Amino acid sequence: MNEIVPVVEMTDIAIGFPGVKALDGVDFRLFQGEVHALMGENGAGKSTLIKALTGVYTIDSGTITVLGAPQQFSTPAESQAAGISTVYQEVNLCTNLTVEENVLLGREPRRRGTIDWKGVRSRTREVLAELHLGHVDPGSLLSSHSIAVQQLIAIARSVEINAKVLILDEPTSSLDADEVNQLFRVIRDLRDRGVAILFVSHFLEQVYEISDRMTVLRNGKLVGEYMTRDLSRMELISRMIGKDMEALAELDHAPARTRAGSAAGLPPFLETSGLGRKGSVSNVDLSIYPGEVVGLAGLLGAGRTEIARLIFGADRADEGSLKIKGDSQKLRSPRTAIDKRIGFCSEDRKEEGLIGDLSVRDNLVLAMQASKGWARRIPRRVQDELVAEYIATLDIRPANPDALIRNLSGGNQQKVLLARWLVTSPELLILDEPTRGIDIGAKTQIQKLVNKLADEGMSILFISSELEEVLRLSDRIAVIKDRAMVAEIKNDDVSVEDVMTVIAGGAQ
Amino acid sequence: MKSLMKNRIAWPVIALTLLLLLNQIFRPDFLSLRMQDGHLYGSIIDIMRNGAPTILIALGMTLVIATRGIDLSVGAVVAIAGAASCAYIVASPEPASPVTAATAVLIAVIAGLLLGVWNGFLVSTIGVQPIIATLVLMTAGRGIAQLITGGQIISVSNDSYKSIGAGYLLTLPISILITAAVFVLAAVLTRRTALGTLIEAVGINPVASRLAGIRARNIIWIVYVFSAACAAIAGLMISSNVTAADANNAGLYIEMDAILAVVIGGTSLAGGRYTLVGTVVGAFIIQTLTTTVYTLGIPPEVTLVFKALVVITVCLLQAPKARNLLRNLKAGPKPGSKKPDSKELGSKEKVAV
Repeated sequence: MNEIVPVVEMTDIAIGFPGVKALDGVDFRLFQGEVHALMGENGAGKSTLIKALTGVYTIDSGTITVLGAPQQFSTPAESQAAGISTVYQEVNLCTNLTVEENVLLGREPRRRGTIDWKGVRSRTREVLAELHLGHVDPGSLLSSHSIAVQQLIAIARSVEINAKVLILDEPTSSLDADEVNQLFRVIRDLRDRGVAILFVSHFLEQVYEISDRMTVLRNGKLVGEYMTRDLSRMELISRMIGKDMEALAELDHAPARTRAGSAAGLPPFLETSGLGRKGSVSNVDLSIYPGEVVGLAGLLGAGRTEIARLIFGADRADEGSLKIKGDSQKLRSPRTAIDKRIGFCSEDRKEEGLIGDLSVRDNLVLAMQASKGWARRIPRRVQDELVAEYIATLDIRPANPDALIRNLSGGNQQKVLLARWLVTSPELLILDEPTRGIDIGAKTQIQKLVNKLADEGMSILFISSELEEVLRLSDRIAVIKDRAMVAEIKNDDVSVEDVMTVIAGGAQ
Repeated sequence: MKSLMKNRIAWPVIALTLLLLLNQIFRPDFLSLRMQDGHLYGSIIDIMRNGAPTILIALGMTLVIATRGIDLSVGAVVAIAGAASCAYIVASPEPASPVTAATAVLIAVIAGLLLGVWNGFLVSTIGVQPIIATLVLMTAGRGIAQLITGGQIISVSNDSYKSIGAGYLLTLPISILITAAVFVLAAVLTRRTALGTLIEAVGINPVASRLAGIRARNIIWIVYVFSAACAAIAGLMISSNVTAADANNAGLYIEMDAILAVVIGGTSLAGGRYTLVGTVVGAFIIQTLTTTVYTLGIPPEVTLVFKALVVITVCLLQAPKARNLLRNLKAGPKPGSKKPDSKELGSKEKVAV
């Protein structure tokens, strides 16, 4: 394969932002018919490299060659014209249009100057069939499909334009196991047809399953290019984080300790019985004691987030009861829940967490300021102290309180959002996928933080798609299946397989 | 942060300066001020005085727009405020006394506050889209004003009332002082408290704001009440200046000028980050344009076209895309000259470093 000219060759690429070198002397090669994984922690420069290749950013120096021809991309359109197609983490299609409109948007077959809708439909059918998506109705609204199918439709679009290079940026972050398999089948098909695929994911197992070759970046510099089969997982991780296995050892360290709350006979902070909401979830019987981490396990879409939203008052419950410290409560709004000392980190950082155009400082003190009301502004001095404290303890980078939060990496944004709740010193903190899409370093930090907070007496409801993570952190695990709570497991010597069995067993 | 604000209002300021210089070239005494009978006179003072109602309304409009809203009813509120105060003065037993004038002012402002509460109620509690909600009052408000005046133009003769729009204090027109006071009030109210940040948060991401515990309903209510109060004060100025209430024509199309001032000043109609200083500069540009038209002797038929040209130029200069285009034209196509942060980002998305 090495004798062939690479489809994409990037040499000595450098891109600088004011005050930061995002990429510095990075080389990257992508060959026909391979799946190439781009690896690195958040902030390593993966996204920047992709954006250089897709024409979103213009490179400061270096060369990009596509199919042997030197290219200078200054707009995404130029990159697309060169045969490069991208599917982003957040699907960037129009959810209010139909599947066929999305697949052929801007390239609709025409007849006598008007769109040939019959042609649109048949062409869409062909493309969908190639991707094993024959069951999808081309005339249905995109929004009526799951994220997984939407992602596959985004890929269908690049198949339709006959892309030579397909970039998949975190395509699996919101997919469950079946959906991942479906996606991988499509990826393999495309690879076998000669498409060069650049794959970015935080899931190591998936990278090992699908990729042939990988390029590792760290702090904007190239670490190396490896054949996937020649590089062990441990070697890969140590190259990504650039230090020994210390952090990883800590990751594997199971808590295995009894937490004070229930043992000390304290009443539960939160107790629900039969809690539910029509069309959402039902039958949630959950109790969380002070100093306890309760994990919610279940497949994506099983109703985990819905439960979190009920407990936070983001959606109103219409059945069952909810008690806080023994008193019955009706949570009408997030604000009511916040007043009862509950905090909620949403899984959807961008839509439900960040105030993108405000600074790290404003974002960090937002919940605290909101509960004080607008008239009592937190004095600047207090703000500065809080922000400095949390930037230091959570290792938020850049350590600049005035940076706009939209410009931070995903992991750092997540830390700011965590800090937003920590400054309100909640008694119950609901964490919905707090480690999704962030690098292994930040992930370890957040997991350690969860342990520490529980040790200090905070109740934590921990939601994650990674069962290993739920098992590692939780004292008890509530299993959610098909929009209801089906079991509660005490976490002593429970294995992933055990939980999987419960989830599978609940199906009958 | 500071450089960001500067950046955002740099172009409006440059445009205003150029307009003023243009006037100075055609009328060498344009920028000069003179003292007469203890009053300050000059074209600049005229511009500020004539622009005072627009500035006031644009200040309120800025905060409304920052929450992703819009207030089309300000013109109608202007008419109602003028009608209410003049009708009261005419009907009162002592139509010339200062106490009557003061009461009339109070009535007008209270009327404004109530109308703002109505708008805020429709938008924040009922959830009507702002453009529709305020369209209700925009249309109905003129009718209310006509009912108050009985369809007539009510003239008043009350020296205290007249001084609001036409009087002087400390050598300056009172209307300028009132406007300055409202500006300071708005700046202090939003930036010394957390109101400004919360307004921006609600405007940037309403969903995240709700989940962070912000009571968006109150915030939205406040901005509509403030906007209507500003419009009521502007209505007092306008009717006081002509010592009459004209339900049909007072404040006609002033909502358009105010929205334009906000946009020229660099606040995005999409909501979020706002700048009050920019809005004031924007309102000055609009008012100076009107003066420029007379100075240059532009025929009245092409006045609006001339205005449109200037407005388009200022808006284009603010648009990062147009600026990049201009820069590339000047420098010639230079590969790699484009930095990621200056590319295709809206002005409010400018990276602060």
